[in-house]
Amino acid sequence: MTTLKVTPLNAAHRAMGAKMVDFGGWDMPVNYGSQIDEHHQVRNDCGMFDVCHMRVVDAKGEGVRAFLRYLLANNADKITLPGKALYSAMLRPNGGVIDDLIIYFMTEQWFRIVVNAGTADKDIAWMKEQAQTHAPNLTITSRDDLAMVAIQGPNARAKVWQVLPTTQAATEGLQNFQAADCGEYFVARTGYTGEDGFEVMLPKEKVEAFWYALNKAGVAPIGLGARDTLRLEAGMNLYGQDMDETVGPLESGLAWTVDLKSERDFIGKAALLANPPSSKLVGLLLLDRGVLRGHQKVHTAQGVGEITSGSFSPTLEKSIALARVPKDVQIGDSVQVAVRDKMLAAKVVKYPFARNGKGLID
Amino acid sequence: MSNPSNLKYTASHEWVKTEADGTITVGITQHAQELLGDMVFVEAPTAGRKLKAKEECAVVESVKAAADVYAPVSGEVIAANADLDSSPENINSDPYGAWIFKMKPDNAADVAALLDAAGYQAAVDSEAH
Repeated sequence: MTTLKVTPLNAAHRAMGAKMVDFGGWDMPVNYGSQIDEHHQVRNDCGMFDVCHMRVVDAKGEGVRAFLRYLLANNADKITLPGKALYSAMLRPNGGVIDDLIIYFMTEQWFRIVVNAGTADKDIAWMKEQAQTHAPNLTITSRDDLAMVAIQGPNARAKVWQVLPTTQAATEGLQNFQAADCGEYFVARTGYTGEDGFEVMLPKEKVEAFWYALNKAGVAPIGLGARDTLRLEAGMNLYGQDMDETVGPLESGLAWTVDLKSERDFIGKAALLANPPSSKLVGLLLLDRGVLRGHQKVHTAQGVGEITSGSFSPTLEKSIALARVPKDVQIGDSVQVAVRDKMLAAKVVKYPFARNGKGLID
Repeated sequence: MSNPSNLKYTASHEWVKTEADGTITVGITQHAQELLGDMVFVEAPTAGRKLKAKEECAVVESVKAAADVYAPVSGEVIAANADLDSSPENINSDPYGAWIFKMKPDNAADVAALLDAAGYQAAVDSEAH
């Protein structure tokens, strides 16, 4: 048996009654009671997530913007306001998705990058390999000294200011998808729930006290179970489920993050131009009773597709899914999903399914 | 919550209550509902269906996962709990009250041979290791 990795909040989760699970080799809280209650807590008030397993990477040096312009499918030139963030896929030359990540523009010598936990090591290895060829003077540093907590929900920002009053002045004016470096606390108005809120990066040794202070201020801990239903309702991809190295961003609902129009070259661009997508990611709403799950087959008039993420939506009180289907399937189409020994009726819908406390599907 | 001593159990986490008329009522245990978490859908067998012992006959789905429910003994289904169509969460709040289906067993002796509360607890404990 392998030993699970733990975050600095492991003892706090156990003290708060979390049910712990093996999440990609990390010992993480799946819920602290009811994951549906936790879901509503975030949509209606606010909650906090341990995201210390995610990795912060700092890319520093002259020419960092030009390097990221080449490294990523989205265009780093889009962010010029200090602190502004950009979501992007990082591709192999064949167009496969290595990871999806967020970059923050801090200065022309410093971009901060946040990558997924399960892909962090290969991401950093890839970045360093590319930097060696294209930007040998850059330093790419894995910030293993930092922890990260996401505080999400309509009341999240106010709670963070209550606990960290010194950060308020610098973070009050942040736009959505913008961060401020407040010394020990790096505060970003980003998240993975479809709600307002912050992601706070801070020294590892301070995170447990921060977690308990937030809890004392009335912020409930939220497990990975609710994190998954929140992000699915918000129409946000999960790496490893909705995309991976075997598919491209255009088959993964990420065309809006890929800039193919400008002259800019980037890793994977030639492959994307040479191979127009034959499938795409759509939303499904289950009309029959039951629950959609990953890997169920989706039968459409244009051929068979597959669910990549499926669950029960606590906001809509119906089952929803993301599915990869033939590209000519249209919003509003009726499809059949094979669930065990039955074919269940579902409708192709535009996603996100819910954001900012409200369902978006009729 | 301990497992009621007046019930019988299976290693696959069903509880079985023998009624006065010899029929049995079947649900899933406290341990099972806790593992699955918030219940959102129950598909119970229809009355009249003949079941063999250990046959998959119902499905309970939580937000997290789907799980099969097995026939504890051979027999015929005589009723399904329609309340669970609209309130599957009753399984979480009251696992030993929120029954899933009722059966007429082929042999009463098969029911008597199921695990008692202590035997079930031992099975759960050994699963955890």
